[in-house]
Amino acid sequence: MSSHTGSHDVPDENLPAGREGAHGEAARAENPFADPGLPPHEPRVQDIDERAAKRSERTVALLFTVSILATIGFIASYVIFPIDQYVFIWPLGEISALNFSLGMTLGIALFCIGAGAVHWARTLMSDHELIGERHPIEADEPTRTQVLADFGQGAKESQLGRRKLIRNTMFGALAVVPLSGVVLLRDLGPLPEDKLRHTAWERGKLLVNQNTDEPLRPEDITVGSLVFAKPEGLEEGTHEFMAEIAKAAVMLVRLEPKDIKDKQELDWSHEGIVAYSRICTHVGCPVTLYEQQTHHVLCPCHQSTFDLADGARVIFGPAGHPLPQLRISVNEDGYLEAQGDFAEPVGPSFWERG
Amino acid sequence: MSTAGDAPKRRGKAPAGERVADWADGRLGIYSLAKANMRKIFPDHWSFMLGEICLYSFIIIILTGVYLTLFFNPSMGEVEYHGAYVPMQGVHMSQAYASTLDISFDVRGGLLMRQIHHWAALVFLVGMFVHMMRVFFTGAFRKPREINWLFGFLLLVLGMFTGFTGYSLPDDLLSGTGVRFMEGAVLSVPVVGTYIAFFLFGGEFPGTDIIPRFFVAHVLLLPGIMLGLVVAHLILVFYHKHTQFAGPGRTEKNVVGMPLLPVYMAKAGGFFFLVFGVISVIAATFTINPIWVLGPYRPDQVSTNAQPDWYMGFSEGLIRAMPAWEMVLPGGYTLNLGVAIPLVVIFPLVLTSIAVYPFIESWITGDKREHHILDRPRNAPTRTAFGAAWISLYFLLLVGGGNDLWATHFNLSINAITWFVRIGFFVVPVVVFIVTKRICLGLQRRDREKVLHGRESGIIKRLPHGEFVEVHEPLSREQLHTLTAHEQYEPLEIGPETDENGVRRKVGPVQKLRARLSRGYYGEGSQIPKPTAEEFKELTSGHSHGH
Repeated sequence: MSSHTGSHDVPDENLPAGREGAHGEAARAENPFADPGLPPHEPRVQDIDERAAKRSERTVALLFTVSILATIGFIASYVIFPIDQYVFIWPLGEISALNFSLGMTLGIALFCIGAGAVHWARTLMSDHELIGERHPIEADEPTRTQVLADFGQGAKESQLGRRKLIRNTMFGALAVVPLSGVVLLRDLGPLPEDKLRHTAWERGKLLVNQNTDEPLRPEDITVGSLVFAKPEGLEEGTHEFMAEIAKAAVMLVRLEPKDIKDKQELDWSHEGIVAYSRICTHVGCPVTLYEQQTHHVLCPCHQSTFDLADGARVIFGPAGHPLPQLRISVNEDGYLEAQGDFAEPVGPSFWERG
Repeated sequence: MSTAGDAPKRRGKAPAGERVADWADGRLGIYSLAKANMRKIFPDHWSFMLGEICLYSFIIIILTGVYLTLFFNPSMGEVEYHGAYVPMQGVHMSQAYASTLDISFDVRGGLLMRQIHHWAALVFLVGMFVHMMRVFFTGAFRKPREINWLFGFLLLVLGMFTGFTGYSLPDDLLSGTGVRFMEGAVLSVPVVGTYIAFFLFGGEFPGTDIIPRFFVAHVLLLPGIMLGLVVAHLILVFYHKHTQFAGPGRTEKNVVGMPLLPVYMAKAGGFFFLVFGVISVIAATFTINPIWVLGPYRPDQVSTNAQPDWYMGFSEGLIRAMPAWEMVLPGGYTLNLGVAIPLVVIFPLVLTSIAVYPFIESWITGDKREHHILDRPRNAPTRTAFGAAWISLYFLLLVGGGNDLWATHFNLSINAITWFVRIGFFVVPVVVFIVTKRICLGLQRRDREKVLHGRESGIIKRLPHGEFVEVHEPLSREQLHTLTAHEQYEPLEIGPETDENGVRRKVGPVQKLRARLSRGYYGEGSQIPKPTAEEFKELTSGHSHGH
């Protein structure tokens, strides 16, 4: 083997001796582990018994026939079953008759072709093991020399190495030409500017109940309840709804003012009603799970847990900072309104967030 | 050509098939191609069909995927639903979601195609993982197959992202949450994250561009690259000729097995239909991704148990287990390490470690020879241990990615599971590494025993003086050869610190590291010396009257 390691540079000092050099009867006497060679072929029952072979033939033909029938069944199912028919099939339950029958017939049609082919190959086709030779992937030395010489010749004739001016300008041109493609990508989207810092909230905007679309009054929010709110004027189905609600969604809970531990939270609340951004500061899932007794909210995606009685401090999980609070009060008509936008960007943090 | 026997053949018409082949040969040279390949020998082993499963599920995905594009509308334009699915009527949704509902409820067989497509994608990814494990644990990645290993690795990574872009297309509540997750991850990239996010989404999340862009990536860009890689992968399999396990008659210079025509044509071709058939039956009986249950995506809504498809689960585990590290740098810049470390650093590292392994191992061994005989995993204990450690890490992170499911199903504290994953991330792979290596060494010892003392026959013999002995049956020559065919490397020696003249030799730190690793791989305690012919002869001649 070491005659053909092909390695042009590496000595074989620590490599094992290899498997070669142990062939033939003489070697075998010497080495009890020597390769005894391919064992003799053992005939299958189909090789000696023509009746068994016939049986295999019939099995294969049967499988192919079943496949044909299954395909007919597929077409029949497509025609027969209405798309909205549901049937009970044990143990699967109430399922679509069409989906089930199409899938089963297609599956059987395909599987039987496969089973037939494999059975044919295993029982009837010759199972004599054959030996193929391997040849080294690497070219022999003359070829290698020839190719390298040809390349050298070509390179020399191009004069690339000699005419440095051509070489350098060519590399330069090739290096800058992809910039056109990069420039074209500029209009993939607008620049971020300060878009992530602003939401639809502003001073005087009413807090609207997301379920009823009615403006919220403090008395609508009882102790222990959780209410989802959006800024007034944000209508579902409009073009900007998705982008705006992705930042502006808030939740309202009413706490006992004495339970609020954070001073700013108390100042920004109204009669113990606090409004917090629902967009998790981890990667942006809406925080939805509220534990009434502990005042914890939990993000169902990655289990970041925030303490709403303590400035929405992160008490568990991967979120990096508290949920931003929306400063609220009540207007002269008795409705809850925002005192301004969030003081800090909502949602996941980003490089420019600060 | 002018012998009497040939003449009539020439005059008569050749069979139609032959004439078509002649025609094609004159233009494509198919005879030369077929000469080398038609009776090409492929070795047989059950584990060699794992790669076939990947190939066939890839074809199934393409077939069903083309069908789905005929009905799917990759638009984020808002519509009010008025289709066949009653519970959703009147609900605002994107056209992408609405057309997915139409495929499921209005197109006959559409649901079946969707389900086959998605199931086949899962099988494809599972297949690639298991196929890669087979290649890894048997050392089939060694020279000359390192490049094919890289092709396979790229297929795995691209397959993961094709899967992600694919299941995001219906724009349902679950997948939309996954896209939001991706936005958060992109935002965490230092310096340029915000810009990448805005360019990717065409503005603020969610915008109206991400589904059309994912669609192009999912149906054109990624599968196009993958198709090219699959073809290259197969060409290299043919060119290198398949590896085989050690056994009687099998050497590094031959390949023993059945010919492509007819046996492998029939077996492999048939296997395609088997895979397709099984996936069809699964799709007929088991629902996958019931988007009509989840509802359309809205950024302010979410469901519990939000998990990605399984192959993305380890990134989910990374992000869930990572502690909340976030810092503001001087100058007012936020470094969100809690997201950036798992997704921008560890996620690529976990994957890249697969890609580079063959090159690391060949650097340690210094072996530049071709290898066509496969290793049994036990005979490469350190490699096997590394592989097992990687897999254990992967599964641990899958547990972490589903920590809420574990918590609800097994009534455990979610905080405790998260802490288990955090600590386990460092401990479990190490423990698995040590245990696996010991198991391998144990198996090597057992092979050694078997070779030297024979197989336990289960027959108990009572000797004249009353002692009971078990009769060991000597192994056949074939078994003896198979169990001793593996090579054992010697650890790399740096040599003495000083040369013969007492002058200090210069040994670089890289060489020292290589020698250390080589000792770890092949030194004492890392492999059991295989029995030598001398040991065997001594034992057999000495005990020939005994057992």
